[in-house]
Amino acid sequence: MAFLNGLKCRECAREYPAEALNVCDFCFGPLEVVYDYATISEVISRDRITKGPLSIWRYADLLPADSLNPVDIMAGYTPLLKADNLGKQLGLNNLYLKNDSVNPSFSFKDRVVSVAATKAVEFGFETIACASTGNLACSVAAHAARAGIDAIVFIPADLEKGKVIGAAIYGPTLVAVDGTYDEVNRLCSEVGDNYPWAFVNINMRPYYAEGSKTLGYEVAEQLGWRLPDHVVIPSASGAMFTKIWKGFNELACLGLLEGVKASSFGIDQNTAHHPDVKTRMHMTQAAGCSPIATAWENGQSQVRPVRPNSIAKSLAIGNPADGIYALKVLEESGGSAQAVPENQVVEGIKLLASTEGIFTETAGGVVISGLKHLAESGALQKDELVVAYITGNGLKTQEAVEQVVNPLEVRPMLSSFEEALRERTLAKR
Amino acid sequence: MDHQRVKFIFQGNQVKDPIIYQLGHNFHIVTNIRRAVVQEDMGWVILELDGEKEEIERGLQWVSSTGVRVDPLSGDVVEG
Repeated sequence: MAFLNGLKCRECAREYPAEALNVCDFCFGPLEVVYDYATISEVISRDRITKGPLSIWRYADLLPADSLNPVDIMAGYTPLLKADNLGKQLGLNNLYLKNDSVNPSFSFKDRVVSVAATKAVEFGFETIACASTGNLACSVAAHAARAGIDAIVFIPADLEKGKVIGAAIYGPTLVAVDGTYDEVNRLCSEVGDNYPWAFVNINMRPYYAEGSKTLGYEVAEQLGWRLPDHVVIPSASGAMFTKIWKGFNELACLGLLEGVKASSFGIDQNTAHHPDVKTRMHMTQAAGCSPIATAWENGQSQVRPVRPNSIAKSLAIGNPADGIYALKVLEESGGSAQAVPENQVVEGIKLLASTEGIFTETAGGVVISGLKHLAESGALQKDELVVAYITGNGLKTQEAVEQVVNPLEVRPMLSSFEEALRERTLAKR
Repeated sequence: MDHQRVKFIFQGNQVKDPIIYQLGHNFHIVTNIRRAVVQEDMGWVILELDGEKEEIERGLQWVSSTGVRVDPLSGDVVEG
C-alpha cells in the first residue's frame, strides 16, 4: 500500500483527498502528494530497498501508488557508469553517467508513466492518455498495453514517422492534431477537462511527477548511499529537476544516506532541504527553448514562456509548469542553469558516443555539451563526484545526426576497398 | 453555457493593454480573475470564463491575435 495522506496545493496549502486532480480549486495552484513520512520512517530501510525488485518499485514506500500490483515494464534500475574516457577529455576524475536511455521504451518517461498508470488503474480508469512529441507517447502506449487498458495519444500531425511508429506499435488510438504548438496544447488541456481519462500529465500529474524521484534514489544507492557533488540534468517542464532534488532530500531526511542523520520534513514536504544535502543541481536546456535557464540567467522570479524552436524536441516545453519551482531548487542547491547553443547539441551526442559508446537523443546532447561547458568554466573541480543524466535513446532522434553516415563506398574487390581506405586515411591527416 | 479556465500571459508593453476589459466588453463573456502576477514588463492572469462555447472560442482567438499568450492553466501539456 502507498503511504499517502492526500494532495496539497503548493501555493495555498489547501488539502484534498488523493484523487485524480492536479490544480487547486481555490487558487489554481498545482497539487502535490503528501506522504505519511512518520510511518514510512518506521518501515523503510536500505535493506528493504535492496531486497526489492530491480525496477523503480524497489522504492515503493516513497511512491504514491500501490506497489502490490504495479503497471511495471521494469522501468528504472538503469546503469550508473563511471565515464573515464569522457572524464579524461573534460578533466574530471569522478564522472558518472546515469544511463536512463536503456529503459524499456528507451527514455526516463517509463519511470513517471509506470507510477501514473498504476495510479490510474487503482482509481479505476479504463483509458490513459497523453499529448506528446515522442518519448511520453511511447511510454504511455507501452504501459497501457501492459495494463490491458486503452491508450489515447495526441501527437502533432507533422511528427516524424519514426516517432509515430515507436508509439503506434503498442496499439494506442493515435490522434494527429493539425495545429500550432499552442493550439495542440489547448486542445489537449480541454480534452483532459472533458473526458473521463487518466491524462498522465494533467489530472494524474501529482502522481506521475513523483516517478522522477527514483532517478535521485538510484544514483544515491548506486554510489553506496551517498550523493554526488554535482548533477547535470536536462530540463523541459522542470518537474524531473525538482523531483531529483526532492528524492535526495527524502533520503537524507529519512536517514538513509551514509553518515547523515534523519531529520524532520517540516511543514512543506516538497521543499524540505536537509542541511547535509550539498549536491549542486545544474540544469541544461537547449537555447531554442530555454525559458527556465533564461529566467535564471536574468535573475527573474517568473519564467517567461517562449515558443520552442529547438532540435531538442523532448525538451521543447515553452511554458514549463514547474519552472518557478525549478528556479527555487537552483537557488537552494547553489546550482546553475545554462542554455546550450543549438549547434552544440549534436556535438554533445557525438562526444558521448565516441568516448563512452552511448548513443543518446538530443536531450543527452544538451547535457553533455552543458557538462563540457561547466567543466571548462571551472564550476566542476577535477576530483568532485559528478553525475550527468542521460534520459533518452539516440534511436529516437536519428534525423539529428544523419550527417555522421559517411561509409567507404567500394566495389566487391580487395583493391577497391584498399584504395578507398587509403583515401580516407589520407583525408583524415 | 460553457465554463473555461485559462491563463493569459502578457509580455512587454502588453501589460498596459486592457485586454480583459475588452474581452468582456466586446464578447458575451463573463470574466473572473482568480489569480495574477503583474510586473512592470510581464504578467500572467488566471481567469474563469463563462459564456457560450463558440463565443469563448471567438474571444480567445481575438486575445491570441493581440499577441497575448493563451495557455492551459498548468502550463504546456504537450511533452517530449
